[in-house]
Amino acid sequence: MATMRGSLRQRLVGLASVRAASTSSVSTFPKRVKIVEVGPRDGLQNEKNIVPTSVKIRMIDMLSEAGLPVIEATSFVSPKWVPQMADHIEVLKGIQKFPGINYPVLTPNFKGFQAAVAAGAKEVSIFGAASELFTRKNINCSIDESLQRFDQVLKAAQAAGIPVRGYVSCVLGCPYEGKISPAKVAEVSKKMYSMGCYEISLGDTIGVGTPGIMKDMLSAVMHEVPVAALAVHCHDTYGQALANTLMALQGVNFQKLLEAGTFICQALNRKTSSKVAQATCKL
Amino acid sequence: MGLFGFIMQHPQLVTQADRSKSSASTSSVSTFPKRVKIVEVGPRDGLQNEKNIVPTSVKIRMIDMLSEAGLPVIEATSFVSPKWVPQMADHIEVLKGIQKFPGINYPVLTPNFKGFQAAVAAGAKEVSIFGAASELFTRKNINCSIDESLQRFDQVLKAAQAAGIPVRGYVSCVLGCPYEGKISPAKVAEVSKKMYSMGCYEISLGDTIGVGTPGIMKDMLSAVMHEVPVAALAVHCHDTYGQALANTLMALQNHKPKERITCSGISGSRQLGGLEGPALSALAPTVTALSPSFRLQMGVSVVDASVAGLGGCPYAQGASGNLATEDLVYMLEGLGIHTGVNFQKLLEAGTFICQALNRKTSSKVAQATCKL
Repeated sequence: MATMRGSLRQRLVGLASVRAASTSSVSTFPKRVKIVEVGPRDGLQNEKNIVPTSVKIRMIDMLSEAGLPVIEATSFVSPKWVPQMADHIEVLKGIQKFPGINYPVLTPNFKGFQAAVAAGAKEVSIFGAASELFTRKNINCSIDESLQRFDQVLKAAQAAGIPVRGYVSCVLGCPYEGKISPAKVAEVSKKMYSMGCYEISLGDTIGVGTPGIMKDMLSAVMHEVPVAALAVHCHDTYGQALANTLMALQGVNFQKLLEAGTFICQALNRKTSSKVAQATCKL
Repeated sequence: MGLFGFIMQHPQLVTQADRSKSSASTSSVSTFPKRVKIVEVGPRDGLQNEKNIVPTSVKIRMIDMLSEAGLPVIEATSFVSPKWVPQMADHIEVLKGIQKFPGINYPVLTPNFKGFQAAVAAGAKEVSIFGAASELFTRKNINCSIDESLQRFDQVLKAAQAAGIPVRGYVSCVLGCPYEGKISPAKVAEVSKKMYSMGCYEISLGDTIGVGTPGIMKDMLSAVMHEVPVAALAVHCHDTYGQALANTLMALQNHKPKERITCSGISGSRQLGGLEGPALSALAPTVTALSPSFRLQMGVSVVDASVAGLGGCPYAQGASGNLATEDLVYMLEGLGIHTGVNFQKLLEAGTFICQALNRKTSSKVAQATCKL
């Protein structure tokens, strides 16, 4: 069994790389995907047992060695709220900073931001939500008020040349509101993006989404935020995470759509009725 | 509000009316079948791979509960020698003991003609046979070549045809083999075509060791669909590497084929070579008959799954087994696809069998919703 497993693993690695090249259908997937590793923060934060600082540091170093391009290292939150993240300064200072790898840290407010910068943070993350009720229950204010609170962080970050990643929670459903409208997700994402976040991570916080809902939500958001600035953050609570992620990766291949439109119009010897094509087509 | 109460309010688990409303609001052209037939393999494929022998009465109750949940096809047992599969030793009692709900089929596995005869004598109205897309796998398992294995089934198929008994064909290792590694889509297509032409009404394509990923699934299906009508195809994904639902999603989707777009005689269609939305509707009025190159590769609409994700993997100790029916139904309902399954009753069936097996469910949905 052990021998078979070893040789199976070898065959699998070979299988994956060969197959990727031989996919016969028109590719609907991006050539590269940037993975943002959230285990050390989002992962550990939800684990019952407190993990020693040295273990966290070793975990992050191993993830760096694995080549993950972005590793969210810790959260500069009060230990009163999240005991697991109490050692945030030691962790950020203790990890090896590999060249080419980013180590963002969560900053729930301006105080956290200042502490993060003092500890050497070069990138931070902030949180919003697509649900009013969720925001109210969690931090006792409205979505707009929560974003206003981050304004100070964003301005200071901009002044210090520190990129800010924005998270939007509950994008496919909320434990309190239930269904969440794609338009609301688009509105919050647009706000955070225009406030200065370089990337918006859309989170299915309670894992209730299914692929059709993911697609609808992304369609709405992509009208307001460039797709290159979007990420998906799927929870596997209902076993849907990989399927939802697959759907998000497929998306609408906009460039190919434009090319197909151009081709058929040339073949039909007529002008496109698509305003986008008119605006982007060079003749 | 209890967890289950929350779930029942949830958009993904609402009534038919609400579901159709939410699927109607999907902005893009539909890329999924309207209905999916779920073939429940828990009582056979699932239990067969469980260590603990389950009493006959428990198996019967499990199948009855699955029938009450409305699953349209439930593979009840296997007429295999108890020497090989002790779990299935009570196949006659199980088949005779279960309630046969009208409108539900209860196929049984028949590994050879002797098993077929015993199945028919016990009242079987539908049987399943097994082939594989891997020569080495077939050689190691039943000590013959693929062709020889299919020849052995010829007797079964002829007798089944004479008796008016439909035969379902399984093809194993369609996305990879524990011995051969990579499996060519052409080989899968060849074996599927043989079994279909020998008389199988449906071919279930199994990723037996769960190594497949969505691109490989798509390539394999493209090849098979040249030889077998898509309506006669099913997918049977194992979750050994967590890929089952993603692979199933890929199989369900309609796809744009590879061929270069040609321009001869195009017609108005809502599915023009994968174009969607505003660009499509802008072009539609001026386009005429579709050339074959524009037609989409239609998705599969039959999916095998096992309640509670029962069944391990004989090739990877400790690994998970089949796609969990609960997780599959959750996704299909969310997509607005009709399954005919009563979700609450399905969850109850899963809870029942896991308690009887003294094991935790492998269904994420069940984990999220059940309080024990």
